[in-house]
Amino acid sequence: MALRVALFIPCFVDQLFPQVGLDTTAVLRRIGCQVEFPEDQTCCGQPAFNTGRWDDARPCAERFLQVFGSYEHVVCPSGSCTTMVRKFYPDLLQGESRQQALALGRRVYEFSEFLVRVAGVREVGAEFPHKVTYHSSCHATRELGITEEPRILLRNVRGLEFVEMQHADECCGFGGMFAVKFAEISSAMGDVKAANIEACGAEYVAAIDSSCLMHVEGILRHSNRAAKTIHLASILAAGAK
Amino acid sequence: MSTAAREFHRKAAEKAPDLVHRQVIQRNMVSYDIAVDKAKGRFRDWQAGRRRAQQIKWEAINNLDKLLEQFEAKILERGGHVFWAADAQEACKYVVDLARRRGVKTVVKSKSMVTEEILLSPALEKEGMQVWETDLGEWIVQLRHEPPYHIVTPAMHLSRQDISRLFREKVDPTIDTDDPQKLVAVARRFLRRAFFAAEMGISGANFLVADAGMVAISTNEGNARLTTSVPPLHVVVTGIEKVIPRLEDLGLFWPLLATSGTGQPITTYSTLIGGPRKAGEVDGPEEFHVVLVDNGRSRLLADPEQREILHCIRCGACLNACPVYRNIGGHTYGTIYPGPIGSVLTPNLAGIEEFHHLPFASSLCGACREVCPVRIDLPLHLLQNRRKVAESGIPGLAEMAGFKVWSWAMMSPQRYVFFGALSRMGMRMVKALGLSGSLLDPMRPWTKYRAALPAPRQSFRELWRKQRVVEKPE
Repeated sequence: MALRVALFIPCFVDQLFPQVGLDTTAVLRRIGCQVEFPEDQTCCGQPAFNTGRWDDARPCAERFLQVFGSYEHVVCPSGSCTTMVRKFYPDLLQGESRQQALALGRRVYEFSEFLVRVAGVREVGAEFPHKVTYHSSCHATRELGITEEPRILLRNVRGLEFVEMQHADECCGFGGMFAVKFAEISSAMGDVKAANIEACGAEYVAAIDSSCLMHVEGILRHSNRAAKTIHLASILAAGAK
Repeated sequence: MSTAAREFHRKAAEKAPDLVHRQVIQRNMVSYDIAVDKAKGRFRDWQAGRRRAQQIKWEAINNLDKLLEQFEAKILERGGHVFWAADAQEACKYVVDLARRRGVKTVVKSKSMVTEEILLSPALEKEGMQVWETDLGEWIVQLRHEPPYHIVTPAMHLSRQDISRLFREKVDPTIDTDDPQKLVAVARRFLRRAFFAAEMGISGANFLVADAGMVAISTNEGNARLTTSVPPLHVVVTGIEKVIPRLEDLGLFWPLLATSGTGQPITTYSTLIGGPRKAGEVDGPEEFHVVLVDNGRSRLLADPEQREILHCIRCGACLNACPVYRNIGGHTYGTIYPGPIGSVLTPNLAGIEEFHHLPFASSLCGACREVCPVRIDLPLHLLQNRRKVAESGIPGLAEMAGFKVWSWAMMSPQRYVFFGALSRMGMRMVKALGLSGSLLDPMRPWTKYRAALPAPRQSFRELWRKQRVVEKPE
């Protein structure tokens, strides 16, 4: 049975990490999904919401409900943007919109969550012969409770050696505007994360959020460390026939 | 930007890259984490305990008026006095007047954050009284003329070498050891004299037990017992939110507080006090007062969205879990209550104009909520404080206009695509001109600490369209 899936591509993935979107699509197609990309989508509103600009975030949320309202499964390669829809829309919206958000929130899935919990897939035929660790991003871990799904998928990749780092679920320090408004604190947190990554000896640090990876990558390169960052979707899309 | 915000930025920039500080705090946190895990294991079900504690605090805060009156009635019955202080000035005036009336020259204090909040010690010192902190950590930071670094472990940032040096300078020039046992003995000898000289003892309260009309105090050094029983006058200074409804609730709250606070199954000395010395009793004060401090708390009580902040039992677990706190330390906040609880509490108690920056000084990682023993949704309150800041107009017109334009752009895919392409082009130009990371880089706050962001020529949606033209979807 082919699951019909609407892609929710976060704005910064669309703009800065297009390959993550393509890899997400490739993996979903490989497991037999019919993938659509509603081209009317823009941003979920999280930047405004997190800055306290709830009145500016609200129209984005209302718009999101219109664009995705008719889909049975919405899949997003980001734990944070999934959190925005599932957990924060009900705080942001009232009345009828809130009801719609609660209903849609149950059909919006983070990518690894969708693969493991909805599609029932634990292995996608990928090959990635490298030593990889996993950064358990905050929203995914503590708002959505996604901790095992990405690890299951990684452990089942051919040739991949999985290692845990210390404090894998500690924040990398990104936090959206926090990274810019409090750059000195954010980068110190990033530095602690980078040291933990280095200490576990991984070649790659994987995550399900490009935003965290963008920050960790920036810190790793700035501090001349060897480890590289990669989105889970790109590992799962690698090496398949 | 307020003065407090500027100071916060300055101190954060100094502390965050301080690797010695980072190491001291990390080492302390590792031993704390191990102890907490062990203490949690003694609960049959830690999560169920948290949920029960949350319910009990909900009940207490939503019946605060009745419970406080119930508490007061019992204290009065036993011959104690209760003073309801609307703010810091009223509270301080009451205690200072009392001390003056009794001719107090020396005051001993056991640990109390609310007395820090209302600046009680400076008020007494202004009257020429000698005030001694008797909690070891508090005494150490008092000798350093420093505020507490942490609400539970005030001298957590100091090593025993630091403390040895401090004692040599301030207490006894002959001290030549950094053996913790011997340093504690120095403090003990000094503070014993203070206890027996003092005419007034001031304590805080960990809980106010409504049905029993008792004040519950926990310490690990026994200093609260001496503070509250040796001097002839005992004053309890406490926030009104410290109430729990029933004596039996302590069966949960004592181990809960000890577990989250220090990783102990129960604090060493747990004391219940309900009034002055009665006829025939061998110890206890002649006079007993409770000062119930509001100081902004009833404003929070009136706010249904943020009332939950008053559930806090001041265990300090959210500070320990917070990666921001661990990197910048307790003194950077410039507030009485640092860390996550401080950032939700302070703008509400001390004013949003001065402390508008605190709710934003967080990555919203949620580690604090995960450890809070009464399950306060701290990240949600940070978000709500951010909303209050935005609504207050403090961030200024530029930010407000920026978000209006942003929101307008996001309302149309065409505008979104246009602004997206424009930004990426700008980023590529900065790179091509070799400006990345330089002072002329508009992304400087990012690139000062990190490599520049990628700025691909094509967005996902452009690639999606092309791919659809080339290969029909399977």
